[in-house]
Amino acid sequence: MRTLTFAVVAASLVAAPAFAWQPTKAIEFVATAGPGGGTDNFARAVQAAIVKNKLLDQPIVVVNKGGGSGAEGYTYVKGMAGDPYHLVFGTSNTWQQPMVSKVAFKASDFTPIAAMVQDEFLLWVKQDGPKDVKEYLAAMKAKGSSAKMGGAQSKDTDELLTRMIEKTAGLKFIYVPFKSGAEAAVQLAGGHVDSHVNNPSESIGQWKGNTQRPICVFNAKRLAAGPKVTAAEGWSDIPTCQEAGLAIPLFQQPRTVWLPLKVTPEQVAFYVDLMKKVQATAEWKDYVEKSSQSQVFLTGQEFTDYMTQDSGRVHKVAEEQGWLVK
Amino acid sequence: MENFDLLLHGFSIAISVDHVALMIGGVLLGILVGVLPGLGAPNGVSLLLPITFGMQPVSAIILLSSIYWGALFGGSVTSILFNIPGEPSSVATTFDGYPMARSGRPTQALATAFGSAAFGALVGVVLITCLASWIAGVALKFGPAEYFAVYFLAFSSFIGVGGAPPIKTVVSLTLGFAIAAIGMDTVSGQVRLTMGVDELVKGVNFVVAVMGLFGIGELLIAVEEEMHARAVSSRIDWREVFRTIASLPRYGWVLLRSAAVGCWMGITPGGPTAASFMSYGIAKRVSRRRDKFGTGEPEGIIAPETADHAAGTSALLPMLSLGIPGSATAAVMMGGLMIWGLNPGPALFIEQPDFVWGLIASMYLGNIVAVVLVLLTVPIFAALMRLPFFFIAPLIFIVCVVGAYSVSNSYLDVLLMMGFGVLGYLFKKLDYPLAPLVLAVVIGDKAEDAFRQSMLMSQGSLRIFVDNALVSTLVGLGFALLLVPPLARTFGRLRKRAA
Repeated sequence: MRTLTFAVVAASLVAAPAFAWQPTKAIEFVATAGPGGGTDNFARAVQAAIVKNKLLDQPIVVVNKGGGSGAEGYTYVKGMAGDPYHLVFGTSNTWQQPMVSKVAFKASDFTPIAAMVQDEFLLWVKQDGPKDVKEYLAAMKAKGSSAKMGGAQSKDTDELLTRMIEKTAGLKFIYVPFKSGAEAAVQLAGGHVDSHVNNPSESIGQWKGNTQRPICVFNAKRLAAGPKVTAAEGWSDIPTCQEAGLAIPLFQQPRTVWLPLKVTPEQVAFYVDLMKKVQATAEWKDYVEKSSQSQVFLTGQEFTDYMTQDSGRVHKVAEEQGWLVK
Repeated sequence: MENFDLLLHGFSIAISVDHVALMIGGVLLGILVGVLPGLGAPNGVSLLLPITFGMQPVSAIILLSSIYWGALFGGSVTSILFNIPGEPSSVATTFDGYPMARSGRPTQALATAFGSAAFGALVGVVLITCLASWIAGVALKFGPAEYFAVYFLAFSSFIGVGGAPPIKTVVSLTLGFAIAAIGMDTVSGQVRLTMGVDELVKGVNFVVAVMGLFGIGELLIAVEEEMHARAVSSRIDWREVFRTIASLPRYGWVLLRSAAVGCWMGITPGGPTAASFMSYGIAKRVSRRRDKFGTGEPEGIIAPETADHAAGTSALLPMLSLGIPGSATAAVMMGGLMIWGLNPGPALFIEQPDFVWGLIASMYLGNIVAVVLVLLTVPIFAALMRLPFFFIAPLIFIVCVVGAYSVSNSYLDVLLMMGFGVLGYLFKKLDYPLAPLVLAVVIGDKAEDAFRQSMLMSQGSLRIFVDNALVSTLVGLGFALLLVPPLARTFGRLRKRAA
């Protein structure tokens, strides 16, 4: 106990702000995804970084509430107003889902803490499918209205991106929603769909196994090199969609952390600082590299601005597609 | 023979003092979480996941899979003794297991279940060993249309046989589909049937429904009918356990057929639940003793248990080779795999042979450990049946309430469970069959998703269900199972009239 007090004192001396608030009991991380999903891995990576580096002297429990594409978790934490011991881990779904689906929460029901990482999207085809983006676009055009794009969930990021591709390239897709990206990947491996737009971590196993490969990445620049995935190629060998001839410069999915409403500024400051410390750990760096995501740290005004901008983009597509809930 | 060499290599990894100790510990823990419904294998495994972060991946997966085996066996215990299935896949075990236990033969019921479960698991592992590389490709042939055909087959093999009037079966089935439709719809992304209750967006959890329908429903019936006469006097007899196990080979044909159904459903990823229902349905159809089904017939325990475990075991193959988890527990283990830095997928077998074959070898050992341990506990569990009812009833009630709450720490689930209890009671009283309802709750939404995905892909044409040999065979088989019994009856009646 003495060393612990000492550590706390030392930390507060070294780190400039001494926090007016410290947690005094166990903290619950609510992942808005089932076990093994992208958001679940995110919450568990934060947990692992905190526990292994002893950033907190309170235990952390990760709870999965992935029902209703994550709406279960959001609704649960929304009901915890004033309780700083429940954090919800999500994506852009916090503001996107209420726009297109009659769920019982909206983004303004939460206190934003931070966006910590941006997950990337790639365009994947079957191993023996089109060689590059040009060939792919020609092949899809030739299929007319029977070109099939698989993806996770309906009216979620995958379908949003699909509709943006349609518009940019003048194509028409049948979008087939599956429960998860992993399921879409297997359907592509079996040739039941023509392509999907999975995140790197959802399809890396399939790429290694030579059942499918990415043909472009929806980012302004190529991904970080990292180790080679297959014998010949790694992530940095994949061209950006823009350079390959599909003019969608940037499409990413932020992974976000929120508190419920009615928490004090001290409590918010405490968690913002905690998440900053998490990003400095080796465990976190390892997680970001292994899942081929891009690290960011958006908080405060910056995060709010980002949210407004992204909401605008989603709203535009949703309006065109007639998805908006009345 | 290459696989055989790899297996021996796997054994050399799996057999070490540490690993065997992990297996024994894991199995005991698994039996415990399996026996407490609601806690269940997925929760047990996810609670222990953080401990494994610092372990070698092989040791970690051996611990987690041992918990899984233990929980699968443990889940059958409550199905048989108290009519409360701990896992969706052990529902079919209650149909004959519970009546047999109630009629004073709990030892025989438990031993039959464990013996046939072990046989099913063994067949599943042998299959994985011999055909690992080949089978991995089979699941790739399954698109939405094929999935729907498999679910359709599961429904028709089970529905066609019910003794209840067809109209009651239809009522029960459609009610089940309606319950399965509650919550977020995958295909349209819309929220359905939540009736203003925001939390229902997550849908109705299967465990909650089943604990209410079976556990509480049965309790209400018992309170009304036999408050005093419920204690079952069963002798605790070790020889009974051995006698039962020794008599299993007499049911060789049932065992083999059920194991085949189980393996097939495990690989094509229909899953253990569909497998156990289908196997029970087929057994009831072809058995010479079909009239005795539902009253404590051994074949009615052997068929679902063997298929359940054969499917549960062989379902690990699609998980490792394709990254499709066959069950909730497999999904948690897959999450673990990723945390340990392994990517499930076709390359896993080539990149991590030590891990994959270490796991397969541990499946042989783990199941042997599990069946020995669980048989040792039979007399203890059977003794529970001797407790008088006024002691057991509150216990069942507490177990159900705690179980429903612990599914996702929600009071709504407890209320829902009570509601399902009343529904179960009414069904029993009015002589409606519960099984079609349960089957529809469990695989109804999956069947719906698969059907609508197929319709999207074919742009509304039903031809997608006869497009290739695989899907048309499955659909044809389904229709045959559905239509042959009533047609045969009508034909028989006509012939009688003519004579």
